Amino acid sequence: MALKMVKGSIDRMFDKNLQDLVRGIRNHKEDEAKFISACIDEIKHELKQDNIAVKANAVCKLTYLQMLGYDVSWAAFNIIEVMSSSKFTFKRIGYLAASQCFHEGTDVIMLTTNQIRKDLSSPNQYDTGVALTGLSCFVTPDLARDLANDIMTLMSHTKPYIRKKAVLIMYKVFLKYPESLRPAFPRLKEKLEDPDPGVQSAAVNVICELARRNPKNYLSLAPLFFKLMTSSTNNWVLIKIIKLFGALTPLEPRLGKKLIEPLTNLIHSTSAMSLLYECVNTVIAVLISLSSGMPNHSASIQLCVQKLRILIEDSDQNLKYLGLLAMSKILKTHPKSVQSHKDLILQCLDDKDESIRLRALDLLYGMVSKKNLMEIVKKLMIHVDKAEGTTYRDELLTKIIDICSQSNYQYITNFEWYISILVELTRLEGTRHGHLIASQMLDVAIRVKAIRSFAVSQMAMLLDNAHLLAGNTQRNGICEVLYAAAWICGEFSEHLEEPMQTLEAVLRPKVTTLPGHIQAVYVQNAVKLFATVLARQEGAGDRQAAQETTELLIEKLPQFVQSSDLEVQERASCILQLIKYIQKLQAKEVSVSEEVSALFSGELNPVAPKAQKKVPIPDGLDLDSWINKPLRETESEDEKPRAIFHEEEPQHSRPRLPEIDEKELAKRREVRKQEQASNPFYIKSSPSPQKCYQETANVDHIPVVQIDLTVPLKVPGMPMSDQYVKLEEDRRQKQKQDKKKDKKKKKEKEKKRGKGRRLDSAHTESEEDIAPAQSVDIMTEEMPENALPSDEDDKDPNDPYRALDIDLDKPLVDSDKLPVRTHRPTEGLKSPDPMMGVEEQGEKKSSKKIKKDKERKKSKEEKKKKKHRKSASGKEVEEEGQVEKPAPPAAESESTAPPAAPPTEDSDLDFWLSSASVPSQSQPELVDPAPSSEPEEPKDEEEREESKSSKHKKKKHRKEKEEKSKKKKKQHQDEGAAESVQNGTLEEEEEPLPPMSNYSLLAENSDIKMVCDIQGNLQDGSQVVVSVIFENKGSSFLKSMEFNVMDSLNTKLVRPEGASVHDGIAVPFQLPPGVSNEARFVFTVQSIIMPQKLKGTLTFIVKTEDGSSHEKLDFKLLFTCTSYLITTPCYSDAFAKLLESGELKMNCLKLEGITMPFHHLLAKICFHHHFSVVERIDSCSSMYSRSIQGHHVCLLVKTGDKSVSIDAKCDEPTLLSNVLDEIKLTFAVTC
Amino acid sequence: MIKSILIFNNHGKPRLIRFYQFFPEDMQQQIIRETFHLVSKRDDNVCNFLEGGSLIGGSDYKLIYRHYATLYFVFCVDSCESELGILDLIQVFVETLDKCFENVCELDLIFHMDKVHYILQQVVMGGMVLETNMNEIVAQVENQNRLEKSEGGLSAAPARAVSAVKNMNLPEIPRNINIGDINIKVPNLSPFV
Repeated sequence: MALKMVKGSIDRMFDKNLQDLVRGIRNHKEDEAKFISACIDEIKHELKQDNIAVKANAVCKLTYLQMLGYDVSWAAFNIIEVMSSSKFTFKRIGYLAASQCFHEGTDVIMLTTNQIRKDLSSPNQYDTGVALTGLSCFVTPDLARDLANDIMTLMSHTKPYIRKKAVLIMYKVFLKYPESLRPAFPRLKEKLEDPDPGVQSAAVNVICELARRNPKNYLSLAPLFFKLMTSSTNNWVLIKIIKLFGALTPLEPRLGKKLIEPLTNLIHSTSAMSLLYECVNTVIAVLISLSSGMPNHSASIQLCVQKLRILIEDSDQNLKYLGLLAMSKILKTHPKSVQSHKDLILQCLDDKDESIRLRALDLLYGMVSKKNLMEIVKKLMIHVDKAEGTTYRDELLTKIIDICSQSNYQYITNFEWYISILVELTRLEGTRHGHLIASQMLDVAIRVKAIRSFAVSQMAMLLDNAHLLAGNTQRNGICEVLYAAAWICGEFSEHLEEPMQTLEAVLRPKVTTLPGHIQAVYVQNAVKLFATVLARQEGAGDRQAAQETTELLIEKLPQFVQSSDLEVQERASCILQLIKYIQKLQAKEVSVSEEVSALFSGELNPVAPKAQKKVPIPDGLDLDSWINKPLRETESEDEKPRAIFHEEEPQHSRPRLPEIDEKELAKRREVRKQEQASNPFYIKSSPSPQKCYQETANVDHIPVVQIDLTVPLKVPGMPMSDQYVKLEEDRRQKQKQDKKKDKKKKKEKEKKRGKGRRLDSAHTESEEDIAPAQSVDIMTEEMPENALPSDEDDKDPNDPYRALDIDLDKPLVDSDKLPVRTHRPTEGLKSPDPMMGVEEQGEKKSSKKIKKDKERKKSKEEKKKKKHRKSASGKEVEEEGQVEKPAPPAAESESTAPPAAPPTEDSDLDFWLSSASVPSQSQPELVDPAPSSEPEEPKDEEEREESKSSKHKKKKHRKEKEEKSKKKKKQHQDEGAAESVQNGTLEEEEEPLPPMSNYSLLAENSDIKMVCDIQGNLQDGSQVVVSVIFENKGSSFLKSMEFNVMDSLNTKLVRPEGASVHDGIAVPFQLPPGVSNEARFVFTVQSIIMPQKLKGTLTFIVKTEDGSSHEKLDFKLLFTCTSYLITTPCYSDAFAKLLESGELKMNCLKLEGITMPFHHLLAKICFHHHFSVVERIDSCSSMYSRSIQGHHVCLLVKTGDKSVSIDAKCDEPTLLSNVLDEIKLTFAVTC
Repeated sequence: MIKSILIFNNHGKPRLIRFYQFFPEDMQQQIIRETFHLVSKRDDNVCNFLEGGSLIGGSDYKLIYRHYATLYFVFCVDSCESELGILDLIQVFVETLDKCFENVCELDLIFHMDKVHYILQQVVMGGMVLETNMNEIVAQVENQNRLEKSEGGLSAAPARAVSAVKNMNLPEIPRNINIGDINIKVPNLSPFV
C-alpha cells in the first residue's frame, strides 16, 4: 500500500500542472491542436488515478481547456469526484469546473444532490460558500426542489458571508422551481432588514429581479422599499431600489406622486453620477405614469431635461450616451421639452462614437415636425454620404424612412420631395434595405394618389437607368427597388409620358439577370405598359405602330419564357400566347386596345397587414364542418356553388386567363360586383370611398382632390431632393405673405386656429400653418369593419419568468411548503399532499412560519373588523373578545377565510399611499398581537381609524362607494355568471362576509369564560388540538388554573409523561382582570367517525384583596366530527378521479329556508366545517375535505330557490352522516 | 442580471470566460469572437456601452466593457443593472486583481486563470452582484487562500520542485514571451457610484 502511494507521488512529479499546460500551449503555437490533444490524453490518464490530488490537477487543466473551446463534458463524473473531496482546495477546483461546464442537460448532475447538501451544511463557511457559488451556475429544477429547504435555512446562517450568498441563490432557485417562491418569500423579505449591508443588498437585488418581471405582485412592498430608500446610504442598494420603483410606478400612479419629492432631493444632493442617472430615469417613469394626472410637474421635467443636458454635454462619452438614452424616454411623453434641445442632439450626430450617433438618431425620430422634417432629413442624407461602414449607413437609411413614414406620413408636406429622397437612397451601394425602399415607394404611390404621375416619371427614370442600380445584381439588395419601379410604371402607366420608352426598358435583355421575383413583375407589367401603349397608338389611329409594338413583345418575351424561374416562365408563356392572339386580331384590323386595357382595369386598394386575420367569421359559418355537406345546402338556396371559391380568388390575383374573352370577363365582373354588393360578408373598403374592381369609367367620378402644384413636375435628370428644400422654403414664405395679406379677412378664413396661435407666439410657426404642397389624399389601409389594429398575443408563452407570477400577498397555505427530505416517496406535483411526512426541522420551521403569518393575519383581521364595527355602530363592543378571536383558526385553516385577505392587503398599501405623514404605520408586520394587550388595542385602533378617516376623506369616500356597490350587488346577486372559485378564494368583488368564529362557548361563570375550538392535527392522524381561550370576566386576579377532563376509551388528553390519568394540566398563564389568553391541549383519538363528549373541570384560584379562594367550573367538551376534518385543497382532476373511483358512499341533505347568498353559504361551510371549494359554477359548487385519518369527504352543494341541497360522498358513511348533521345544525342556528 | 463576463486580450485570446447562462462550447467561442470583433474596433475614447451582438441577449442586453492595457473586460448585462454601476464594478474587480496579484499583468491572468475565477466568485455570483466593497472581497480571497495553504495547496512541495526543474529545461521562460507582461496600469477612475 505504502509502495503504491510512493509510486503515485513519483508519477505525479511528471504530471503537468496548470502552469505547465499553459506554458506548453504557448510554446506550441504551430501545432497547438496536436499538443492539446496529447494533453487531453494525459489528463484522461490522470483522471484514472486514485490520488484525488492528481484528479484535481487534471480537472483544473480541463477548466482551462474548456475556456479554449474544448468540450470537457466527458469528464463530468470526475469533476463530481473532485467536488466531493473533503479538502477545500480540491473541492473548489471541482465546483469551479462544474460551474463552467455543467448545465441542465448534464446527466450526472443528479448525483450531486447529496454532496451539495453535505457541503451546504458544512461547518466550514468556505465549503458552503463554494458550494453555493457552484450551484448558482448549474442549478436544475430537480436540484432546486431538493435543496430549496437547505438553502432557506442558510438564509439565517450566522455568517453574513453565507447569508448573502444564500439570499442571492434563492433567485436561481425560484426560477427553476417557482413553487418555492411563496414559502421562501417571508424570509427573503426579512432579509431586507438584515443588519449586514451585504445581505440587505443581496435581498434587494433578488426582489428587484423578481419584481422586474412581475411588478404587480410586489406593489405591497413599496412602503418597505420606500423606507429603505430614505434611510439607506449605500448607493448600490439605492440604485436597485430606485430602478425597482421605476418598474412599480406604472402600476400605481399614487406611488409616483410620493416618490417625486425624495427623488428630486436625491437628484439635487447626490454626487454619484450613477445614482443621479437612475433617479432621473425613475422620475421620468413616474412622469410618464402621471402624464394624464397632475399638470403641475413641469418643474420636474425641466429638472430632468436640464440634468440630462449636463450629462450629454459632459466630456465623458458614457454619460453622453446615457443622457441621450434617457432623453429618448422623455421624448415619448413630453416631446416639447426635448425638442428645445434639438441643436445638442444634432450635434451628437457628428460624434465620432457610433453608439452615440445611433442614440441621437433614435431621438431624432421623435423630434421631427412638419416644419423641420426636410431640414433634418437633409442632414441625415449628408451623413449617409459620409458614413463609412455599411451598418451605420443602413441604420441611417432605415431611420430616414422611419422618420418620414411615421404615423402615416404625418410630417410629410411634400411627397415629391419624399419620392426624390427615396430615389436618392437607391444610389447607396451594397445596402441591405432595398426592399424597404421598394415597399415605401409602392406604399406612397398607391396611397397618395396625387403623387402618382410624379412617382411614375421617377420610376420610369429608374427603370431606364436600371443598369446603374443592378451593377452586380445578385448580392446587391438595392435591385429590389426595380420591383417597385416596374410595378408602379405598369400599374399607373396612364401617367407615363413615354410609355413606349419604358416598355422598351422593361424588355431589355439585361433584365434577365435580375432575381426571379423581380423579372416576374417585369413581365406582368410589360403587358400593362403594352396595353397603355396600344391604347395610345390606336387612339392616334396609328395601327402600324400598334402592330410594331406587338411585334416587339413577341420578339422579346421568349427570353423570359426560357427563364429558369418558374414564376417568370409561367407568366411569360401565358402572356406570349395572349400577345400572339392579339397579333392575330390586329392582323384582321380589329381594334383591340380597349379589350386589352380591360384586362387591367380597376383599382387596387392597400390592405392592412393584419386585415386577413381580422375578418370575423360570419355567423353560422363553421370552419370545422365538412365542406361538401354545406355545399348541398347552398345549392338549395339557389346560389351557384362556384361562387364560393372561384369568384373570390381574383380579389388577390388579377385575372390572367387570356383565353376567356373580354365580354365574358366583363359579364363576370358585373355579376361579381352585384354579388359583393348584396353579400354582407364581403369586406367593404369602408375608409376609402371606392371599391375594388370598379369600372374604369367609375374611377373618374371618385372625388380625388385636384393637385395644386406649385412645383414644376418635371425635374430634369435624377431628382435632387435638395431642390425641394429650397422650393419648400419659398412656398412657405409665400404662404406666410399670403396670410399676412389676408389677415384682415381672417374671419372668413378656414385656418382660424393657426392664425390665433400665430398671434400668441410671434416667432414660431405652428404646425398647422404649413399647408402641404399637394393636397394629398392618403388612403388608409383596408381593414375589416370593427377590427382594431392591435398586437395581441405578443407575449412569449415560454417566458421562464411567467411561472414566477405568483401572488405573494396571499397568506401561506398548507401546500406552500418547501419539500423536505423524507423517507416516503414523494408524490407527483399535481396534487400536493399536505399529509406528507415532514422531518422535524422542517416542521419546526413551518409551524414558525404559520405562527408568524398568523400574527400578520390577525392584525389584518382586526383591521377588517374595525370596518364592520364602524358600519354596525359599535354594537359589538360587548363581544369584543369574541370578535377578535377568530383570527388564529382562520389563519390555520387558511384557505377557508381568504376572501377578505387580498383587499385588506390592498388597503394597507392604499393607506400608505394616501397618508403622507405616517408611512410606516400600516406596514404589515404589526407585531405583538398578544391577546393580553387586546383591551387596549381596539381603542387604539379606533383612534387610528378615526384619524384616518378624518385626514383622508378620499378613503372614506371610497368606502362609501364600496357600500354602494354592495347594494348594487345585492340586486344582481341572482344573475350569478360563471364565477369559478378555486380553493375557497372567492371573487374579490363579492359581498364581504360577516365575521365568523369557530369558537364555541365551553363554560362560563361570573369569574371566567371559556371558549374553545377544536382542530385536527396535520401531522398526526390520531391527534386533535383544543384551543381554549380563557377570559377573566371578574375584577379579581385568577391564577393556578388547571384543566382536566375525564378520558374516555376513545379520546384521551395528552398529559406530560409520568402524570396519571386523573391529573389535570396546568394552564401556563395567569389572568389579570379583563384579560384573556389562549391555551392549547392535545387529545388523542382513536375512532373519529362519531362525535364525542368529554366531561371536564377547570380549577383555579381567585385572588382578591382580602384573600384567595379555590373555585371550579365544570364543562362539557364536544368533539364534533367536523373537528376531525382538515381543510385540504384539492385539484379538480384529483377530485373527479376520486368520485369516479366508486369507493365512496353517498348521502344527502336538504336545507330549507336558506336566504343567505351562495358564496356566504360556501364560506360558512368552508370556515366552520373545514372544507375547501374545488370548483364553483354558478349556483353549484363542489367541495372537499379530508379527515385526520385520511377519509375523503366530497360535497356537491347546489342552491335553488331558498333551499340548498348537498350531495355528499365519503368512504366512511357514519362519519359522513355525522358531518352532514353538523352542517345542518350550523345552518339551523344561523337561519 | 449579468449574463456573461469575458476577459480577452487585444488579439481576442480569451483569458477568462464566465457564462451565467448555458451555451455550448462552440457557441461560447463564437460569442467571444463576435464580442471581440465589436469591441476591438472601438477607440478608447468612445463610450463603453454597446448594443447588439446578435448572439447574446435581445434588445434588453448591453455589452459594457473597459479596456485596460492589453485586456478587455466585457460584461454582458440586462436592463436591470445600472450601466454606470457595472462600469464601476469592472473597476472594482480590476483593482481587486491588482491587489491580489500585486501589479497585475496579463500573464497573471494567463497562468492563474483559476485564481482569477475565485476572485470573480467573490464579486459576482450566479449573475448577480455579490459584493462591491474591495476590502471585503480581498479579505475573503485571502482567507480562502490561507485555508488552501493550510491544506498544503494543490501542487505540494515535491511537484513544485519538479516544476522548477522543468522550467529550467525550457528553451524560453515565460516572462520572455513579450505578450502581456505589461502591467495593467489600473487608472484612478472617479467612481460613478
